[in-house]
Amino acid sequence: MSASTLPRPRTTPDTATSRRTGSRFNGSRSGRGSSNRGGGFASKLTVNGLLIIGSAYMVVPVLWLAFASTKNAADLYGTSAYALGNFSLFENIANVARQDGGLFFRWLGNSVMYAGVGAVLGSLISVMAGYAFDKFQFRWKDSLFGFVLVGVLIPNTATVLPMYLLASLVGMTNTIWAVLIPVLCNPFGVYLARVYSASYVPAETLEAARMDGAGPIRSFFSLGLPMMMPGYITIALFQFVGVWNNFMLPLVMLQDQQLLPVSVGISIWQGYSVPQPEFTPMVITGSLLSIIPLLVAFIMLQRFWKSGLTAGSVK
Amino acid sequence: MATQALTTTVRRQGRALAGTGGRTAALFLVPFFAVFAIAMIAPVIYSLVLSFHSQQKSGLGFGEAKTVFVGLENYVQVFQSETFVEGIARLGLYCLIYIPCMVGGAVVFALLLDATVAKARKLFQLLVFLPHAVPGVIAALIWAYLYTPGISPLVQALQGGGIQINFLDAHMVLPSIVNIGVWEWTGYNVIILFTALQAVPREILEAARVDGAGEIRAAISIKFPLILPALSVIMLFTIIGTLQLFTEPSIISKATASVTSTWVPNLWAYDAAFIRHNLNQAAAASIIIAGLAAVLSLAVTRLSSRMNKS
Repeated sequence: MSASTLPRPRTTPDTATSRRTGSRFNGSRSGRGSSNRGGGFASKLTVNGLLIIGSAYMVVPVLWLAFASTKNAADLYGTSAYALGNFSLFENIANVARQDGGLFFRWLGNSVMYAGVGAVLGSLISVMAGYAFDKFQFRWKDSLFGFVLVGVLIPNTATVLPMYLLASLVGMTNTIWAVLIPVLCNPFGVYLARVYSASYVPAETLEAARMDGAGPIRSFFSLGLPMMMPGYITIALFQFVGVWNNFMLPLVMLQDQQLLPVSVGISIWQGYSVPQPEFTPMVITGSLLSIIPLLVAFIMLQRFWKSGLTAGSVK
Repeated sequence: MATQALTTTVRRQGRALAGTGGRTAALFLVPFFAVFAIAMIAPVIYSLVLSFHSQQKSGLGFGEAKTVFVGLENYVQVFQSETFVEGIARLGLYCLIYIPCMVGGAVVFALLLDATVAKARKLFQLLVFLPHAVPGVIAALIWAYLYTPGISPLVQALQGGGIQINFLDAHMVLPSIVNIGVWEWTGYNVIILFTALQAVPREILEAARVDGAGEIRAAISIKFPLILPALSVIMLFTIIGTLQLFTEPSIISKATASVTSTWVPNLWAYDAAFIRHNLNQAAAASIIIAGLAAVLSLAVTRLSSRMNKS
């Protein structure tokens, strides 16, 4: 499920073109909610109480991970979950760093590389295609776009095995390219980019640039792309997360431990920890270390993921 | 120059931009369709081809294996495989529990968040979205530990209350994996639904209030119908996402024997390719999964467009 290389798409094909207008950023209502009409104390308590319970369900497992990573193997099985035993977080981190000559940080670096290239380059490819679908007239435009939308609907896991077989035909398995090339493909990003291009880049601006003598490529890079920058960042953010979370593709493609992303690496450690429980604190601490970059990115880039979720699903 | 460009009067509105014909478009589209061909089209075609062939060894099983065209035989074999059919049934059961829990939970949470009396909306949105920043592998790992007796505060607390549950036994493991999915995806969909709710026109809600509709009544009979389009999109992608179920069971399978190596169709295909070394059957299984996705997404699209019309 979460093995997809893209954030789960948010659109239906038949409404794709009808949704292309309107700004995506002013969806929020001001005013409502700040007033207090119709809210007695009891309903206030119920609503907010339920919200707190729901949020607790979301947060507590992550908190547990944070607490658990401060414990050594003995405390993990011995002390109560949210009590601080001997504070061994740094010891755990040191163990993680020592294992197999710092392999874990190699995995983290690989994840950053796969997700970073996938996000920056993959999104640029998507944005260029989406921009072309929105602004240019050419033959077979509708049928090509139909292809893109079908691509959105194909489950990624269904293409992973045949892709592995193709890669082994050309001898590309167990290389970084076996992971990097597939993650560049983000059909949903193309759809989103078309939406963003329609709402952020006025055709008049491009026409004016053309009359000033700028070619289409020049006007894309100096006008279209900067105007679509918020959209580009949103697509890139979701693609980054999608690639970072990807599990099945690297699991199938890569055998060399030096090339693995952190998701697959941690799952290998989990395999070790079944017969050897002393591996467990390393699995837990490694898990925590591997989600911190994403948590920070999400908190800092709230504006973008909210707008990204909106663009696909709300008129 | 940019400012000058912006202020230039435009005379030829409505016409396609000149110099933006096929050749320019191709420049912009080629990179995407190149990776699309590698990552989508070629695998689908190749697995179609593979799925109609089989490796057969001659005579006594010595010598080179030959590739033979076998028509639909691989598909027949896949469907005759007890473990595959069980996997499909299990996936169906998973959907039946997962989709109502996750989508229902998301709708309720979004409506609560949109209620006039709700406080600290931004904070709640951030907290509820938190699990989406946790990769599926890590989410499955965290919950695997939370299900393991001896290490889990959850099991401990339940035992303290006199309840003995083994989350990982043969009966509980499916709901336990459903819970991981619910945890991962509810918040993501809450944000989508909440944004849809924010787009509901104020005037309508104001009018309902004047007519005497209470908060709950307004939520059920006004807000809910207005977010149905967003909801049907969520349904569509939830179903496609569910068919991809692979990461969570494959992580949980290391913690318990209740999850077998062929537990869901994707695991079956992986097992066929890498353990049983029957690539042709693995390809057939991949095609079946993609076909299932196509049929289901068509059904959901049809259903939701009918619902939106009526």
